[in-house]
Amino acid sequence: MTAKLRSTLLAPTLAIAFSALLCALALLASGANPADALGVMIGHVGKGQVAVDIVNSTAIYMLAALAAAIGFQMNLLNIGIEGQYRIGALVAAIVGSALVLPPVLHWLVILVVASLAGALWALLPAILKVTRGVHEVLSTIMMNAIAFGLAAYLIRRDMFGILVGNNVSTEPIPDSGRVPGIDLGDRGTVFGLVFLAVVVAAVYGIVMKRTRFGFELKASGESPTAAAAGGVNAKKMVVVSLLVSGAVAGLVGMPEILGRDHAYTLNFAAGYGFAGIGIALLGRNHPVGIAFGSLLWAFLEKSKVALDNVGVPREIATIMQGSIVLSVVVAYEIVKRMDLAAEQRRVGRALGTAKPAEQVGGDGK
Amino acid sequence: MSTADTGPGSSVMTMPAAPRRRTLPAWAIFLIGVVAVVGVLATTSYLTGKPALTSSLTMQNTVTLGVPILLAGLGGIWAERSGMINIGLEGMMVLGTWGAAWGGLHGGPWVAVLSGALFGALGGLLHAIATVTFGVNHIVSGVAINLLGMGVTKYLAVLIFEPLSQNPRDSPPIEQFETFSAQPLGDWLTDLENEQRVVISDVAGLLGGLVTRVSPMLIITILLVVGTYLVLWRSRFGLRLRSCGENPVAAESLGVNVYFHKYVAVVMSGALAGIGGAALVLGSSPSIYSEGQTANRGFIGLAAMIFGNWTPGGTLAGATLFGYADGLRLSAGPETVHALLYAAVISAGLLVIWQLWRRKWRTAMLAAVGAVVVYALYYASDELPTQFLPYTPHIITLVVLALAAQRLRPPAANGVPYRRGEGD
Repeated sequence: MTAKLRSTLLAPTLAIAFSALLCALALLASGANPADALGVMIGHVGKGQVAVDIVNSTAIYMLAALAAAIGFQMNLLNIGIEGQYRIGALVAAIVGSALVLPPVLHWLVILVVASLAGALWALLPAILKVTRGVHEVLSTIMMNAIAFGLAAYLIRRDMFGILVGNNVSTEPIPDSGRVPGIDLGDRGTVFGLVFLAVVVAAVYGIVMKRTRFGFELKASGESPTAAAAGGVNAKKMVVVSLLVSGAVAGLVGMPEILGRDHAYTLNFAAGYGFAGIGIALLGRNHPVGIAFGSLLWAFLEKSKVALDNVGVPREIATIMQGSIVLSVVVAYEIVKRMDLAAEQRRVGRALGTAKPAEQVGGDGK
Repeated sequence: MSTADTGPGSSVMTMPAAPRRRTLPAWAIFLIGVVAVVGVLATTSYLTGKPALTSSLTMQNTVTLGVPILLAGLGGIWAERSGMINIGLEGMMVLGTWGAAWGGLHGGPWVAVLSGALFGALGGLLHAIATVTFGVNHIVSGVAINLLGMGVTKYLAVLIFEPLSQNPRDSPPIEQFETFSAQPLGDWLTDLENEQRVVISDVAGLLGGLVTRVSPMLIITILLVVGTYLVLWRSRFGLRLRSCGENPVAAESLGVNVYFHKYVAVVMSGALAGIGGAALVLGSSPSIYSEGQTANRGFIGLAAMIFGNWTPGGTLAGATLFGYADGLRLSAGPETVHALLYAAVISAGLLVIWQLWRRKWRTAMLAAVGAVVVYALYYASDELPTQFLPYTPHIITLVVLALAAQRLRPPAANGVPYRRGEGD
């Protein structure tokens, strides 16, 4: 068990160290001092509302990463989270502002609507995948682009948009539909829906580990032929997992909309979907790994402002994020090979003591 | 990218249903296709009264916008023919746009193309190291390279371009290629186009767009298409490369260095995507690098490759389709893009007749229903909402993928991890 834990932690540690080194070199090349930059990044956390912002962002990234992880479990790459959460947020904001319901029920309904809208946006790629064999990566990327167009269309002032100041947004969601946060005074407000991310992560963890559905999902991902032989309907699993992934993706925008903005605005945040894919890879689809990955990602994201203030290009944080993802997948592969080689040596030794050496030579492949 | 990975039974889909009685040579299919497309467009242009559908301006835009897609598609062919899925084309293209702007600032357009290729190739090399040497999942590595490409490019743009252009998102304009026109052919075609005679003017417009203000970029691209065909299908090296994509273990047993061929293929793929980025920079006016310039064209290039059944000629057709959709929205308004629906109705109508003639009743029925639905859409609306206009190529990509992904045959070992000496 400890050996397993070691090899699980080794890869991300290696990857983060390697990426940090890479970024330090990039900073040196551009004439900045990496130690100063790191100091500024860490010092920034203690200032103003930054710590609370990081917690809030962590929750959002967790939701996005969990959505990606559900797809990854069966080797489906749902790039469409970006579009799914946009549509989910927009539809939820429109429906939420039109409904009149008692407090808790109101925002629960909004969450359900957001999920359904996200799942609906994943439906077409799922259908195309199982009926026409269209690869989900291509179809979901196109759906992302179309989601941007649809969002821009629906928020037009002759559709659902209204002018607030000099920004266009949807009608505000009434008080009953807002989720109260935890007010920490000067430190900011922790979104109430931070707990939604924790709940979704827990449910995901339990479903994957303890239920038949989770088992079938993982089995289809690891060996489609074995799963099919075991009676798993591959096409059904593709549709279900893409829809569930889309449903979770639909929730990504909710902490911000129900906790802070109370409407879908023209400058609604973009990019959570792609971050979620990176974080799911970093956390290896494990809920705890995803939580830590999200925290790291949120920290890097929020430190961009601090870097700007000391004259270091903020994009170094983006490079760091990208290189962490690439080096972590490489590191996992290396650690896997090391483990495999160690296992083969162990088996070889065990067999070698029991049998004459020439019979062991056969498993050299 | 493999489109036939939906599990058991999918291999049936990729097999030809029955031995065909006789196949037309490729050039004949190509000619029939061109005539059919021009015919449909000319008819639509006449019936809807939208001459912009076949104007020379539209054709010029088609070329300018189709070239980057075509180059990305060619990059896809190189990688996937060797069995390597390359989702990272988009990131390599982004690197190419930066490289082209940087090279162009220092040495003019030719240096821009070379430097774009170099930067794209670096992205390709990274993908090759991760996937070939370390055996990382191809798609995962590609996604990471897209993230990384965007990050590195933004960083470099802030570092190098911002002091020059005072804008972190743009580079200063670089020198463009000198364009040339085939005279007096161009003028004659322009005159003919302006007479607005049915069909003749349409053909003149489309041809005129091809021969006026031709950029050397188009010539480079055509040479690369032909070169790709010759190298991959008519040389010993190409045969070995493609064998790595069909059955790497068999190739290995015949003494082919699979790692080497995969490396070359993926680096070349990155270089082509990088040249595509350079074409984007040189094709925009003014010629600048700007953030978000690629707008998923790397992915659309992959779609063009799938549409073209992993062949250069087919990819050319796919890229022309997407380039046309993109070019049309630039040269004409939303009403004209809306007229494409009408063209779709005519195409579906032709499909119905063709399927009836082949006695495929069910397909004919489906096509007829499709035609009626699209016609209803066309009739019920006057124009495409402007917000959707930038996404016309994406919508068309989705429709084309849905309709075209049937009789395709991706390389057999596409995306399958390979390690030397581990074959069974």
